[in-house]
This record gives sequence, C-alpha cells and structure tokens, in this order.
Amino acid sequence: MLVYLKIYRYNPEAGRNVPSFDTYNIEAEPTDRVLDLLEEIKGHIDGTVSFRRSCAHGVCGSDAMRINGRNMLACKALVKDVGTEITIEPILGLPVLKDMIVDMEPFFNSYKSLMPFLINEDVPADGKERLQSPEQRERFDDTTKCILCAACTTSCPVFWSDDQYVGPATIVNAHRFIFDSRDQAANKRLEILADHGGAFRCRTAFNCTEACPREIHVTQAIAEVKNAITSGGVEH
Amino acid sequence: MTQTHQHEVIIVGAGGAGLMAALYASRGADTAVLSKLYPTRSHTGAAQGGIGAALGNLEPDKVEWHSFDTVKGSDYLGDQDAIDYMCAQAPEVVYELEHMGLPFSRTRDGKIAQRRFGGHTNNETKQPVLRSCYAADRTGHMILQTLYQNCIKNKVHFYDEFHVLDLLMNDGVANGVVAVELATGELHVFHAKSVVFATGGHGRIWELTSNAYAYTGDGVAITLRRGLPAQDLEFFQFHPTGILKLGILITEGVRGEGGVLINGKGERFMERYAPTVKDLASRDVVSRSIYLEIRDGNGIKGDRYVHLDMRPEVVNHYAELDGRTLPDGTPYRVTGEQLLSKVPDIVDFCRTYLGIDPIKEPMPIQPTAHYAMGGIPTNVHGQALSDAQGTIVPGLFAAGEVACVSVHGANRLGTNSLLDLVVFGKEAGKMAAEYAKSADYKPLENNPTDFTRQQLDRILGKSGGEKVVTLGEEMKTKMMDDVGVFRTAEGMASAIEKMRELRERYKNVSVDDHGKRFNTDLLNAWELGCLLDVALATAVSAHARPESRGAHAREDFPKRNDAEWLKHTLAWMDGDQVRLEYKPVTITKYEPKERVY
Repeated sequence: MLVYLKIYRYNPEAGRNVPSFDTYNIEAEPTDRVLDLLEEIKGHIDGTVSFRRSCAHGVCGSDAMRINGRNMLACKALVKDVGTEITIEPILGLPVLKDMIVDMEPFFNSYKSLMPFLINEDVPADGKERLQSPEQRERFDDTTKCILCAACTTSCPVFWSDDQYVGPATIVNAHRFIFDSRDQAANKRLEILADHGGAFRCRTAFNCTEACPREIHVTQAIAEVKNAITSGGVEH
Repeated sequence: MTQTHQHEVIIVGAGGAGLMAALYASRGADTAVLSKLYPTRSHTGAAQGGIGAALGNLEPDKVEWHSFDTVKGSDYLGDQDAIDYMCAQAPEVVYELEHMGLPFSRTRDGKIAQRRFGGHTNNETKQPVLRSCYAADRTGHMILQTLYQNCIKNKVHFYDEFHVLDLLMNDGVANGVVAVELATGELHVFHAKSVVFATGGHGRIWELTSNAYAYTGDGVAITLRRGLPAQDLEFFQFHPTGILKLGILITEGVRGEGGVLINGKGERFMERYAPTVKDLASRDVVSRSIYLEIRDGNGIKGDRYVHLDMRPEVVNHYAELDGRTLPDGTPYRVTGEQLLSKVPDIVDFCRTYLGIDPIKEPMPIQPTAHYAMGGIPTNVHGQALSDAQGTIVPGLFAAGEVACVSVHGANRLGTNSLLDLVVFGKEAGKMAAEYAKSADYKPLENNPTDFTRQQLDRILGKSGGEKVVTLGEEMKTKMMDDVGVFRTAEGMASAIEKMRELRERYKNVSVDDHGKRFNTDLLNAWELGCLLDVALATAVSAHARPESRGAHAREDFPKRNDAEWLKHTLAWMDGDQVRLEYKPVTITKYEPKERVY
C-alpha cells in the first residue's frame, strides 16, 4: 500500500531554522513499523532525516516521537494501526535539536533528582538475597517496566507549561522504589514529591497512561504516590 | 576544535559489562564512561529470560553442574579455567545484583525465582534444572536499569552520546580513545591509562537478527584496525526462536516454562533430535533442528518457519507426557494467567508485531542471529591479549559480548551472557583501576585524531557514490545465506569474495548529510565499515575450519575433529587480507566427549 508521510524537519545548521514538513510517498506493508518507514526514507531518499533508534522492538526507549499527534515509539507503531497518512514530529516540551532528536538532558536530570536507586545498606548476614514475598514484589512490578523513553512526560500538559514539574516518568521511577519493601528511603522521596514541582502538580489528564508504550498505569502510580504522601507513608 | 580530556579509566560502552566495570573502576580510579547511546538504551536491556547461577533456590543444583553444562554447551571449545571461574562467581554476583536493588521475581518463600533454560541440567538425572534467575522476561532490562541506577548513586561520570571511533596506542600500550560527540560532531580525545571496551556484539552483519541497530561490531573492528587479533569469530549464535521475518527474540524462557516447538505435521520434533531434554537442548542444536525440519518440508504449510507453542493446554499436555513435576512433586500444570505473568513482554511482542495472542495461538518463529561468542581475546581478568601466547596489551581491557575469554566456546548457553557481562565487567573494572594506579599516562602521539578524520573525511568527501543501505543489504543477505546456520566451503568462499568486493565498493560510499550535528547518516556509514571488516574476518575464520563444532556447522564436514581442531582461532586483518593463527583450548577436568542432549 502507498503511505503518505509528513515529517517534521528542523536543523538550523543546514539553514532550516524554522520548523517545516517534508512529505514522502512510499510503498509499505500494513505490518511495517513507522521506524521501518523512517529507515527506508533515510536509507534511500534523504539521509539527512534524523532520529534516534536502537533496539527496534520497544524495549530501549530511543525512538519516542509524536505520530499523528500522539506519543509513541516508532518501532511499536505499525502502519495498520496508525493509517496510511502519517505525520511524524518530535515529542513536545523538550528542546528540539534536529528533526525528531530532542535534548534529553532535562528529562534525565529530573529522573536523577529523585534518587532513582535502592537505598538499603543492610545486607543479609549470610550474604544471600534479601527476602521479598511475591506479593511485595508485585506491589511495584508495573513501574519497574519503565524504559525512560519520555513518552509519558512529554505528553503531559502540566509538564509543557510548568518547568518546575518533575513529570510522570520521574514519579514512576520514584514509585518503583517507594513501594519496594526493601527500600528504606520512601519518606525522603515522598517528602521531595510533596513539594512544589512534585506529585500534586499532576492534574490526572491521563495522557501519560495513554502514551506509555510499556502500558504502565502511570496515572495510577502517581495517585498512589499522592495517597502515600497524604497518609504519611507506605506500609509494606 | 578537538578537545582533550583525561581520565585514568575510560570505559567504552554502557551496557551491563560497561556499567559493571564502571561501578568497580570508579571505586579506585578517576573513571568515565563513553557511550554512543544513552546508557539505558544499551542492548543488555533486550535480554529476557534470566541470568544463570546455581543458587538451588527451588531444587538441588551445583556450581560444578553449571560448569560442566557450560563446557558441554561450548562444544568443548570454552576454556575450562575461565568457565569454572565464571560459574563459581555466579551466585555471588547474582546476590550482589539483588543487594543493588534488582527486582528479581520471587519464589513463594521470598527467594530469587529460577526457571529452566536450554542446556542447563541436573548432571545426575540429566533433566533440566531450575537455574536461570529471572525478573519476569525482562531480566536484562532490570540488570541494565539497576546498574545504571547504582552508577547514578555512585556519581559515575558519563559522556552520553559520544561515539568512540578509534583506540589510541603508543608503542603497544593503550592510552586513550577518539570519540565524536553526536550533538556537535566535534572529535574529542580521551587520554587514559586504562581503556575498557564493552561495546557489545555485531549481529547486524546478518539479515535476520535479534540485535539492535547499534550492534555494529565497533569494538572488534577498531581493535582489528589497530593490529590486534579477534578470536573465534566463526562462532556466532543463531537463537532458535526469533519472530518470523522480524527476528525479534522470543526468550528460551518460554520453553523453560513448558512451551514446545511444533512442525508443520504437528510433531514435537525436538524429541527426535534431543531425546532427553527435547526443547531445552542448547541453542545450536535447536536451530539446526529447525533448519533440518524446514529443509525436509516440515515447516508450517511447507514454509520456512515452525511454531513455538505455549498455549496452556499444549504446555500441560506435553508436561504430562514428560511426567514433569514441580519441586514439591506435584504435576506441573499452568494457566494462561500464570504464563502471562511469567513472560508478559513476549505476549506484548506477539500482540504488537504478529497480531496474535500466544496464550491462544502458536507463534511463528525462525532462527535469528543473536550472539557473538567470539571477540577481543582476553584472559579471566579482562586483559586484552595480542597473540597466541597470551601476551597482554598493557592498558587495554574488554568485557561482555565484545570480549572472548572464552567462556562460551563454540556455543553459548542461554543465561550465560548476562552472567558473563556481570562477572567479567566487574573483573575488568577492578583490574583497569588497579592498573591505572600503577601506571603513568603514556604520552599521546601527535595528531591523535588523524586516523579517525581520514575515515570520516573519505566518506564526507564523496557524493553520488555507493549507498550505505545497498552495501549493507548485500552483506546481510550473503552472510545469512552462506555464513549462517549451515555452511559449506563453496558458500563461505563466495562470501569471502563478496565481502572483499563490498569493502572495495565501500571506499566509494557517500552520504547525504554533510553537517556536524547528530550526523547519524555519517555514523551509519562508519558503522557499516565496521560490520564489513568483522564480516570478512568472520567468513575467513569460518572457511578455514573444516569441522562442525557448536554454532559452526559444516555440511561438508559434519563431525567435530578434536584431533586437529580443538583450538581457538585468532584473526588479524591487514587491508583485505586476514591472517589466522591458532591457540590451544584450556582443558582442566572435562575431557572432550560426544555431545548428546
């Protein structure tokens, strides 16, 4: 089938300092990934079209972009699902550097601000694993799936307008530790998230949940964090 | 303007091996990690089914059994001292990962959960053993995330999206690297005392692969260009179960949980090829079996694929026939819900890319290029070696898939790649820091970026030349056809000729993008150069080995030949000539014998 693609272009270095669109008509299969189409264009038509990608099957998080107005991974969006007229743009709310490539530094800096690592210096005396029941493990299973693609954060209207807001992905990753029975710093994380820029900035728009390519219940995770803050902590 | 940076230890690559090396090196020396991707994009994150360690959490297991299984899996080409070391370290590093925060799945009594995997057995009963420690079917993702998290905790210095293009050496001593900063296109020189290569594999040489776009053999190509050898390149693993036409990995964990391979006649054909462990034979055996079924017209509808079936009724049917029991002795039975919780990502991949629900329908699969057993030769300390005598290259270390210790020999067992990168990443990091403490900065030579600039300028200086994709597609097709699961002298000779032709045409490759910022067009072209070098060295190494061993299966030499070929290949590259030498395999307690599953 013939697919019509409209691709966002921006590259001040090459004189394209006002964003505009290039259009392409290419032959595709219904099961082709949007990433396959971008590769086809880059390889055969215009090598200057620029985007990030690596694993090509939805686990590395490189190729989040806006496809027909919605945040997706280009490698998980199939032609049969997005249609034969496809508009591709960079994710919103992070500075665009070139075409679909945005500056990820603010995103990762926010992620790092919530101590995204287990805090527990007590190691079992026998040197073996800490015990954790399947139920305790299940409590934070959903948020361990995050691949830091930024699809959620850059779909959030609060994030677009409020540069203090840490954004959904940061809260998802804080959730992953707050609800881990092995972690000893839940209160410290909750304290940070109770502050300005934290979880209460969320206005439950649910864009993040819809955008997540890993199907994490992002809005619910944020709600659980809010509840933990108001109820004064977490019980494991 | 070229900027010059100085760090005692430079680690190239931020997957599992690179991050583990970084955690250890940074404890003892000023360390920085360079990665062409953001660290969490690294290919370790795609590993699914688990990391092997004889914890014995659910049933008896022993380090010695893990060792023997690995030796046998390697078709006796693995070095037994290195294998013993890795398997003995396994429980400790798995506990270490748990202590770092890795969210392993859990047993009823709260321990790390373990599942069956190909080639891992109870050596007494010969039956599959629960050895693979897992976090659902995203174990690699959790290892990568956990190690990155701990690097943040320990304030490891990262240069993200810095693509390393050259290794600097002075008088045979490694003393830095040259990298291009993707955002600016500027070259940077990193002056170091120790350089650790943890750059991953090169599955992108083949048409159908489970590997990421980034898996372009940079580390092996760079060291070959610097006159260092690559070991055992002819041994490249084809994983039996890639999604039809896409090559996306379906974890062996599916078979560990009871899934079976079914041919077009509805037969569970693996019982003919591996009567004892059946679908859980090692990967080389299973991939060959699938090819043979297809060749005999037993593909699904006579086509070039078979089914991997994990529908609960099918799993339960074969579990009953096999008399499979749970550790408490009750019959092994599963529900769709349990399978979904064990392999959720597999279910998601099938729904997304195939439009099928694997709980209700079988998955169409075919073998997919997956893992490089070969790579930069190292000893068990991660120190790179320059010859068959084991001479150490001062200042150079390698770990993970890019390295060849060799713990995988001619065929790697599932779960041993994650183990390898954690164990040897740690060792390489420690040794790199230790070496840095006793060494001085070896002076940089004048104009250290010259060799890199030549390579890039040659590409940028052309227009209207050969296209990167065209050369790449020709390479992949030829390697798939003639240096794939089954090989012949004739086919490999033609592949060598083809790779020489492509390398010649590559001299005329051109790109559209001549800018500096994020010039991925240029870097794709540079990466193709790496792939072509590694492909040629692979084809030559393979052609020279007239026997069948592990993943190297010759139709014209179907038997293993221990008398003449129980030895490692070392390949050096000089222009389009590849020179080979051989070195002995370290055998300690396991004398080679016939391999039966």
